[in-house]
Amino acid sequence: MNAARNALMVALALLPLGCAIAPSNDEIAAQSTAMLKASFKATGQAGLDRLNQDDTQRVCSELPPGKAPVREVAEKIEKMNLATIRYPADGKLLGDWKNGEKIAQEGRGKQFSDDVAGPVGANCYACHQLAPQELSFGTIGPSLYQFAKLRGYGADTQRYAYGKIFNADAFAACSMMPRFGHNSILTEQQIKDVTALLMDPQSPVNK
Amino acid sequence: MADFPRRGSWIVALLSVAAVPAVLAQGSAVDEIAKYRAALQDGNPAELWTARGEDLWKQKRGPKQVSLEQCDLGLGAGVVKGAYTRLPRYFADADRVMDLETRLVWCMVAQQGYTDADAKKSPFGSGNARKSDIEALVAYITSESRGIPMNVSLAHPKEAAMYRIGEKMFYFRGGPHDFGCVTCHGDDGKRIRLQDLPNLTKLEGAQKAYTTWPAYRVSQGELRTFQWRLYDCFRQQRFPELVFGSDASIALTLFLARNANGAAFDAPAIKR
Repeated sequence: MNAARNALMVALALLPLGCAIAPSNDEIAAQSTAMLKASFKATGQAGLDRLNQDDTQRVCSELPPGKAPVREVAEKIEKMNLATIRYPADGKLLGDWKNGEKIAQEGRGKQFSDDVAGPVGANCYACHQLAPQELSFGTIGPSLYQFAKLRGYGADTQRYAYGKIFNADAFAACSMMPRFGHNSILTEQQIKDVTALLMDPQSPVNK
Repeated sequence: MADFPRRGSWIVALLSVAAVPAVLAQGSAVDEIAKYRAALQDGNPAELWTARGEDLWKQKRGPKQVSLEQCDLGLGAGVVKGAYTRLPRYFADADRVMDLETRLVWCMVAQQGYTDADAKKSPFGSGNARKSDIEALVAYITSESRGIPMNVSLAHPKEAAMYRIGEKMFYFRGGPHDFGCVTCHGDDGKRIRLQDLPNLTKLEGAQKAYTTWPAYRVSQGELRTFQWRLYDCFRQQRFPELVFGSDASIALTLFLARNANGAAFDAPAIKR
């Protein structure tokens, strides 16, 4: 310990005058957070509190692109997020798949430019393939075409689908997918409807 | 994201003429969009902004009635050729790292005598009712860098720090949707709906994306700057409203511009 400190002191002494030491990762992170807060203004429904990260966001912001956290960190994040999931009191997880399709198509909601009283969607098609009739789908997430046809229509799969929409990080730490229930983007009924889009045997997703 | 339905409608129009299987149809829609873009490239309406921007640059304007030809964009007073490929950079007279838009505002205030509020009053235009002088000036100045390789320096400690802060911001996930820049721009070959997404964490993606802004946006009928690109990305990320010329906007621009080093600048471009 002392030897290391001495070596550091020698190294510091050898630095030419005026040559600043590069700031540490933590210092840069603190400067970045402070700069963000000074660079945005609250508009419409989007307040500056949206720049305050929770523990999950903070940990996930440290990852290199496409990398999952190390196992023990991932388990901690998943456990923490799993604890937030609230299943419907009536025990019914499936709503109306036709409404689910509308919610999956709707891209508005929560932007500073959106009417607070206007629709809030899940915009599933931005990232996923679902019903085969919709050709304009994104590929950031996996295809969900034939979701239940491939996985089964049982209670466990229903529960997984509902939980995944409610809080994706409970099943995959630092998922790209928004935590629709946990962050109150969708209502309970909307999550039921989107779950039905994935799980109902009559849904075009399972045709 | 909010403008998907509009795009969706003309994609549907394109598809309705092709009675082919779904997967093939989607592939051909993407091809048709590429052809459409290529056709538009021949006559880019961005030229209208470029011409107006050149006039604005050379005219005596503002309370002091001087032209912006006194403005130093980093290569000396009045030097426009290649200036954009070196930006953002540190300016000693302002003691600040600045991108092109912030530098223009600085010159309009310091040299032409405008108030800061007047210089910033119309950063993004909206039809003939509200034209943006900044967008026009950016179109002209960037057009004078076409073909020149990006060459952004991090030699000054403030540039080096801003680069690292910009990198942090790129990975910063927040807001109700947990989105960050990296959510859409951290992987190869991804799409949002039918829109291809550049992977900005890799050399090729960063170069291709950065060197094609500013761009004339067909869907908006406007020329859009890099400041606008960041502003609208953050809107869709569900963040609060990005302040024009803010330090965060400059840090992110510096991060992305530097990552494009070596690639020939190729804008004003034309995009969907």
